[in-house]
Amino acid sequence: MDERPISISIQHLFKSFDGRKVLEDVSLDIYRGEIFVIMGGSGCGKSTILRHMTGAIKPDSGTVLFNGQDLTTILPGEMEKIKRRFGMSFQSAALLDYLSVEDNVSLPLREHTKLDKKIIDIIVKMKLGLVGLQGFEGMMPSSLSGGMRKRAGLARAIAMDPEVVFYDEPSAGLDPIACAVVDQLITDLSKKLQLTSVVVTHNMDSVFRIADRIAMLYNGKVLQVGTPEDIRHSRNPVVQQFIKGELEGPIDIRAQEAVV
Amino acid sequence: MLKFFERIGATVLDWLTVLGEFLILAGQTFYWILFGVFHDKPVKRAPLFEQMVFMGTKSVVIVFFVTFFTGIVLAMQSAYQLERMGGTIYVASLVSIAICRELGPVLTALVLAGRIGASITAEVGSMKVNEQIEALETMGINPVRFLIAPKVLALFLMLPCLTVIGDLAGMFGGYVVGVFDLKINSYLYIQTAFKFLESKDIYTGLFKALVFALIISLVGAHQGLSTKGGAVGVGRSTTVSVVSSFILIIIFDCLITGIFYYWNM
Repeated sequence: MDERPISISIQHLFKSFDGRKVLEDVSLDIYRGEIFVIMGGSGCGKSTILRHMTGAIKPDSGTVLFNGQDLTTILPGEMEKIKRRFGMSFQSAALLDYLSVEDNVSLPLREHTKLDKKIIDIIVKMKLGLVGLQGFEGMMPSSLSGGMRKRAGLARAIAMDPEVVFYDEPSAGLDPIACAVVDQLITDLSKKLQLTSVVVTHNMDSVFRIADRIAMLYNGKVLQVGTPEDIRHSRNPVVQQFIKGELEGPIDIRAQEAVV
Repeated sequence: MLKFFERIGATVLDWLTVLGEFLILAGQTFYWILFGVFHDKPVKRAPLFEQMVFMGTKSVVIVFFVTFFTGIVLAMQSAYQLERMGGTIYVASLVSIAICRELGPVLTALVLAGRIGASITAEVGSMKVNEQIEALETMGINPVRFLIAPKVLALFLMLPCLTVIGDLAGMFGGYVVGVFDLKINSYLYIQTAFKFLESKDIYTGLFKALVFALIISLVGAHQGLSTKGGAVGVGRSTTVSVVSSFILIIIFDCLITGIFYYWNM
C-alpha cells in the first residue's frame, strides 16, 4: 500500500452514452505530485475519465474524490471554487480566438481575482516565461504554431497556480520535436510547481518519457496500473500489443478503426 | 399505427426538450444581466460596447437601405390606389404609420436576424466544437455570463435604436416618392406624415423591437451552444438559427399586433 497522500480517487465509475457503455467499473488512485498517464486506444474512454475528474460530466454511478471531497454530489457553487484549483490543457489548446495570448492567459486571473492589472501583467509574463513564450504576449492564437498554441494553453492552465493539471492529448498534432518540448514542459512544471498531473495520451514515446505511473485502459476498463517499467514488462497481451503497436494480437482492430 | 404515434410522441418530446433548454438559457441570461452585479460579476463594459458597435453601428447602413427602399415601394404602391380616389396626400400618413407600427421593426429585425443571429450562432458554435466553451467551464467561468449576456444586452439596447433609424429611413423613402414623383409640397407631406402618427404607433413598434432582440440573440446563442459535429454542425446550427428567428419574429409580430389591436392600444 502506497503511503503518499491521494489527490484524486476514482471509485467504481460507470458511464454510458446513448446506451453504449464507455466506462465500466473504473477505479484509480492518483497521488499528490505525480505524473499519472492514462493510455489506451481511441474511444476507450480516456477523455471521459478526464472529464469526470474536471466535473464536466457526471457518472451513471461511482465516485470521484478530490482531496476526499466527492465531486459527483458537490453543489455547483462549490464545484466552481474547486475548478479554480484545476488547470486543463486541451487537445486543441482551446484558446479563445478573439483574445490575444496575454488576454487568454490572464483571463482566469481577471475573472477570479481582484489583483491589480500590473500584478496580473507580471504573473502573465512569468507564466509565459515558464512555457518559453515570453515576447508573444500580443500575438493572436491564429498566428501561433500548433506547439506554441499548446504551450500558451498550458500557461493559461497554470495561471491560477493550480494543484492539479489535466492534459488531454498534449502531443496530438505536433511534430516529434514540438512533442518532446511539450513533454519536457509537463515534467518541468510538475516538478517546479509541485503539481499533480493527469495526462491522457496514446503517444507511447510521451508515455514512457513523462509518466511516474501509467494506467492502461481498454474497452472502458482498467487493464493494468503500474510504473513505466511494470507496463513495459507487462504479461498482459493487450498491453504488450498496444505499447508495441502490433497488428496481430487480442485487440479488436476493426472496433478501434470503427471508433476512429 | 403504434409506430406513427411513437414518432409523434418522440418529436413532441424533442421539441419540449429544446424549449426547456431555451427557457433555461433565457433564465440564466436574464439572471446574470440583472443580478450579476450582486455576485460581483456585472456584464463588463468593454465586451458590451464592442458588441453594441458590431451589432448597432455597423448595421446602420444595411438597415437604412432596406427600410428606405421599402418606404419608396410602399409609397408607390399606395399612391397607385389612392390616386384613383384623389387622396394622394394620404400616402404620407399611410407610409409613416405602416413603417412605424409594422415594417420598420419587422424589417430591421429580419435584417438583424440574418446579420447578427447568424454571427452569434457561428461564433458560439465554433467555440463549442473547438472546446473553447468547455475550456471556460473548466476554468470556472460561466459561458452564459461571460459570452452570451453581453451579446443579448447589446442587441436589446441597439435594436430599438436601429428600428428608429429604420422608421426614419422608411419615411424618408416615402417622402422622396411623395415630393419628387407625386409632386406633393414638401412641408405638406411632412405635416401629413406626422399629423396622424401618434406616440403609441412609435412605442408599439419599439416594444416589438425589444421582443425581437431577445428572440434573435437568444435563439442564436441557444443554437450555438447546442452545436455538435464540427464545421458541418456549425453550418447546420447557423441555418436553423436564422430560419427559427425569422419564423419566431413573424409569429411574435402577429401576437403582439393582435394584443395591441384587441386592447385598442
